[in-house]
Amino acid sequence: MLIAKLRFAGRRLLLAAPTLLVIVVLNFGLLQLAPGDAADVLAGEAGAATPEYMVQLRQKFGLDRPVYVQLAKYVGNIATFDLGYSFRHGQPVAQLILARLGPTLLLMVTVLLLAVGMGVLMGALAARHLNRWQDSMISLFAVLTYATPVFWAGLMLIVLFSVKLGWFPTSGMEAVAEFHTGWARIADIAHHLVLPAVTLTLFYLALYTRLMRASMIEQSTMDYVTTARAKGLNERQVLLRHLLRNACLPVLTMAGVQAGALLGGAVVVETVFAWPGLGLLAYDSLFSRDLNLLLGIFFVSACLVVVVNLAVDMLYALFDPRIELR
Amino acid sequence: MMEFLRRFARNRPALVGVAVLVAVAALALLAPAFYPRSPFEMIGKPFEPPLASTLLGTDQLGRDVTAGVVHGARVTLLIGLVATFIAILLGVTLGGIAGYFGGWVDTLLMRLTEIFQTIPFFLFAILLVAVLTPTVGSVVFAIAVVSWPPMARLVRGEFLSMRNREFVLACVSMGMGHWRIILRHILPNSLSAIIVTGSLMVATAILIESGLSFLGLTDPNVMSWGFIIGSGRTVLRTAWWVIAMPGIAILLTVMAINLVGEGLNDALNPRLKHL
Repeated sequence: MLIAKLRFAGRRLLLAAPTLLVIVVLNFGLLQLAPGDAADVLAGEAGAATPEYMVQLRQKFGLDRPVYVQLAKYVGNIATFDLGYSFRHGQPVAQLILARLGPTLLLMVTVLLLAVGMGVLMGALAARHLNRWQDSMISLFAVLTYATPVFWAGLMLIVLFSVKLGWFPTSGMEAVAEFHTGWARIADIAHHLVLPAVTLTLFYLALYTRLMRASMIEQSTMDYVTTARAKGLNERQVLLRHLLRNACLPVLTMAGVQAGALLGGAVVVETVFAWPGLGLLAYDSLFSRDLNLLLGIFFVSACLVVVVNLAVDMLYALFDPRIELR
Repeated sequence: MMEFLRRFARNRPALVGVAVLVAVAALALLAPAFYPRSPFEMIGKPFEPPLASTLLGTDQLGRDVTAGVVHGARVTLLIGLVATFIAILLGVTLGGIAGYFGGWVDTLLMRLTEIFQTIPFFLFAILLVAVLTPTVGSVVFAIAVVSWPPMARLVRGEFLSMRNREFVLACVSMGMGHWRIILRHILPNSLSAIIVTGSLMVATAILIESGLSFLGLTDPNVMSWGFIIGSGRTVLRTAWWVIAMPGIAILLTVMAINLVGEGLNDALNPRLKHL
């Protein structure tokens, strides 16, 4: 069983290779589009690099050679996880990104769990009380949050909960100056996590709620539900053991599809709350015109999405044992 | 047509959406009449709260927030509509070709669509605008490039299901050319689905635009809602009203478009109503 799963994961990762290749080619195309030659861009444009390094860069990327040779070299570099060097930060890009991966993952996983969990709950609730006030309230809530720009929701939550009420910190991931350790540190991070996570959850929650509601309504007309009722199960058992599990599947699929969008939302939310993840790094690199760093973040994010999609597929089999991992 | 209008009119949320959209569109069209001066012009003291000297107060530079919101409606709507139009053209073309011709063309195009759906689209849009330097054109281009995949998938599905129906086979046996069949016979039959998805795409386009301009990726010479929020962010503590109003404008517009889109869906595909 475990071996089958590992083989499945391996094959899926192999299938993802063309996706990643296309992204690398896209990156290369963007480098070509940018003003100046690739060496200028890679060095951070404003001449922060030494002339010696520029010569070395031009040689390394074969800028005196035809475009397809340049492309091959570029792909080769990425394949060995050599994403270049950021002069603005004085660190290799790969190292910079690695350091910021943790906070983004923490935010993403929290939001994914919250949004899917609450979305399933609220969608099921709305479907149980179809066309009654509970349903209307939940639908109204979903319509409103689905139309709210994420960054604006974040700023408004800051005004209310940080500036006026003072319940939560406005920015950052932890109070660095207080040198918390152990549990105190975890509590501190959790405290900082509340507002960013809620902001991002609100938007995706709407999506999953609506999907779950529709899925519940559709599933409740199925024969297996009638069978379950006929064999004498009460409504509660029908709901918990049969309906819920089946109705969850489309939501799970959507959660996988949305992983990329979630990362995009993270850029905005991290910017609003100064959450030290990939998104904030992307925002900073925008302003320092560090295009190569931005390209690196884009590439790593795409890799992350591929991994999340894989994880969702594995979860799928857990919910529905009929699905074989092949 | 009458039947469609009657069904649409019975949907109260959709009517509310239409009313809001008409109001926003009127605001956008009449902006130069209400506020003939540039929204970038300073008209008074900075940080005046709403209703003090102007309706919605002034920002940190003494610019009128009302004028900004009104002029922003023009920019935001225009970018949303044009970007969606280009995305629809792209999506319908690629999806149509994939669905009609099938075979390796289909496999290739759908693989490409999948890849575009996997990549973090907002980051890609950021990259495109950053590389092409922020102008109205590059923002429109970036939004269009990241929003066509759902349309391509939808149109492909529609075309695929119609490809072997009798009326299409009849056209083929009459010796009609591919393009004539596609444009005159299959496309009109998928139009209702395209309209519904397209209208919802406008809402997403506006959200992407506001996100980009919030991050500063916008034409510095035009006032859009996201830009006002982005520039008012630094004075959040002292002047919340600078960002509150443009945000509500985005919320209302996007919500109205979503409501209208769903109303259209219910009215055009009555069988799906119970979902």
